[in-house]
Amino acid sequence: MDTAGHRLTQSAIAVDPHAAQDTAQGGNLLVHLLRFGDLLRLMGVETSLRQMLDLMDALEFVPISRRVDFYYAAQSLLVTRREDLPIFDQAFALFWSLVQDESPSAESNATEKKQPRLPRQKKQGEPGEGQTRDAELAPDASGEESNSILSQQIGVYSPLEVVRHKDFRDMTWEEIQAAKRAMAHLDWKLGLRRTRRYHSGPGGRLNLRRLVRDNLRFGGELLRLTYRIRVYHPRPLVVLCDISGSMERYSRMLLHFVHALTHGRLGVDVEAFVFSTHLTRITHHLRHRDVDESLDELGLAVQDWSGGTRIGEAIKAFNFNWARRVLGRGAVVLIISDGWDRGDSQMLAQEMARLQRSAHRLIWLNPLLGLPTYEPSQRGMAAALAYIDDFLPGCNLASLEQLAGLLSSVTLARPERKQHVRPPIATSEPKFRPARANLVLRPHPSRPLHAG
Amino acid sequence: MGEFKSIDEVQAALYEHVYVADRALATAVFLTLKLGKPLLLEGEAGVGKTQVGKTLAEMLQRPLIRLQCYEGLDVNSTIYEWNYTRQMLHIRAMEAQGCQDTAELEHDLFGAGFLIKRPLLQAIELTETGVPPVLLIDELDRADQEFEAFLLEVLSDFQITIPEIGTLRAARPPLVIITSNRTREIHDALKRRCIYHWIQYPPLEKELRIVTLRVPNAPVLLARQLVQFVQGLRTLELFKAPGVAETIDWAEALVTLDMQELDLPGVQDTLGVLLKYQDDIDALRRDDLKQLVLQARGKLEMEARL
Repeated sequence: MDTAGHRLTQSAIAVDPHAAQDTAQGGNLLVHLLRFGDLLRLMGVETSLRQMLDLMDALEFVPISRRVDFYYAAQSLLVTRREDLPIFDQAFALFWSLVQDESPSAESNATEKKQPRLPRQKKQGEPGEGQTRDAELAPDASGEESNSILSQQIGVYSPLEVVRHKDFRDMTWEEIQAAKRAMAHLDWKLGLRRTRRYHSGPGGRLNLRRLVRDNLRFGGELLRLTYRIRVYHPRPLVVLCDISGSMERYSRMLLHFVHALTHGRLGVDVEAFVFSTHLTRITHHLRHRDVDESLDELGLAVQDWSGGTRIGEAIKAFNFNWARRVLGRGAVVLIISDGWDRGDSQMLAQEMARLQRSAHRLIWLNPLLGLPTYEPSQRGMAAALAYIDDFLPGCNLASLEQLAGLLSSVTLARPERKQHVRPPIATSEPKFRPARANLVLRPHPSRPLHAG
Repeated sequence: MGEFKSIDEVQAALYEHVYVADRALATAVFLTLKLGKPLLLEGEAGVGKTQVGKTLAEMLQRPLIRLQCYEGLDVNSTIYEWNYTRQMLHIRAMEAQGCQDTAELEHDLFGAGFLIKRPLLQAIELTETGVPPVLLIDELDRADQEFEAFLLEVLSDFQITIPEIGTLRAARPPLVIITSNRTREIHDALKRRCIYHWIQYPPLEKELRIVTLRVPNAPVLLARQLVQFVQGLRTLELFKAPGVAETIDWAEALVTLDMQELDLPGVQDTLGVLLKYQDDIDALRRDDLKQLVLQARGKLEMEARL
């Protein structure tokens, strides 16, 4: 699975080789950066939030452990007029000295050493800049005091490795930002679909058209053989995302994820829908390059944010109105939902069965599956489970990477599915087809987690 | 093309050729004939999209060239292809005769005798030599976007270039009818070049006319009841409601079974002609069917009493 994961890990390490072992904490570097931005503005240098975010991005690539590099990176991104350069210099010097003084650990240890030690502050378990900090995230710093300002930055920088495994709902704002960026950089590949087109290439079948033409100059003797090979296209992806109340803490994050999918590098066709009480198609709203613009537009277009959930009805609406139009070409269907369903679970099972039949692969991403104690026992989830090809967690970056791995391995053949015996219809009404009454009706044997 | 002076005439002519068109469709067809633009027909399966093309060919007494679309359709299967086997045989034959002239060989090999004409080329050739045909491009949504782009080019100026032969241009554009089931959206660029019409499920009276026209030996009472039944069926929530084609099939089935009037057992036995999804058949409970049959029959009794 983990080419993408690997990449992320590496980029986290690339920040600083010591970072991983030394400090593994989500940090408030961004807060510092934003304050620095405020200071710059105060001193008359116009900097936008966009620029600050760009700088944040740049820190993934510029080794922050070298002050000079960081200085120039910041300068090149934040200063746009030559006149501002000296002001920037002053601000830079002033701000980083301020940061040092301000740190609580510096206060408590002021007599001891004058160097900042944000890492130690974390070790003492004090909450930093308005964020909750898990004990496990506090670094097991060896207590070595580094003399440079840099170690401090490393300390407050949130390494992606931590962010990757953190549940979305527990994330701090900075971590969410980091996760979003990481998401945008994930390499999404969808499984390939065999098309009926060919182009010339080595191997495969003879390209007769070219064959005759190319060999004319040899008087028709077939000296040079040309071949054609089949063209493969990525499969289209259809995403159905739950935005009901119970999904609230995840849905915005997951919409980011859907957006990242839409703008993947391979130009995959993504059709996106959201549902809580009813189904809304959001494909067009996600067309904007800018995530926030897309999400703002979405906020206006979707009427039932954080409403109740009727998954069965939403999937039925999809089956009846959209399935024929968007599932044509061996599409992979991805449902993102926690499975809390207040609707008719009988209908949900029926519509899931229908959906599975028309999808090449049906994947269900459930954020709750990340919880160690979770069992898919809610009525809705239990009803749907029998018809899912892959059941995956969707609670943190690592699980999305896992999904990326799965998607890229979607094969040409459909996954094997068991044939379902229809569950008895709830009504006591006898069926008018006597032949069917002879069938033995059994409940579905429950499927193990991580089916497929 | 100037045969028809009004929409009414078109409508009447279509009716004469066993096609019941409503005013909107007749207008679209009339405009297609007048403006020489392609007609794009969309609608649920089985509402008679393809039949428009066939009927028009019959009505205008023009040859019908039908191109059934599928994924991967390309130049080789829609315009022309060289007959490779013959070409190779020809090369061997020339060799045996000791022909050394490559230029002559090439000229021979890529002559009209080795050309296999596919539907689009046929259509364009026909406009040059005889009557412009009706070109029916059926189920365009099944073809891929590559083909659509390429069709766009052909439809924009009705000319085809074969490098070895030259450019062929249609003297008069053929009458083009494109149908789509909307399993995928047709590209805007193509839509913009067409006259568009969405064919709906027909209302009761129209469907009855269609059935009596297409299944003339159906008893009047039965025809009315079965159409009423189908109309009722379409108001239910079904994954695939029956189209007009199904109604006609069903009428024929019931006539074959010698039914004079609709009854519940008869409906149950032949439901498979109307509904093609097991889910839909399952979803219809006996009560619903009974209700529908009663409705189909009862309404008539009410009308008779008035």
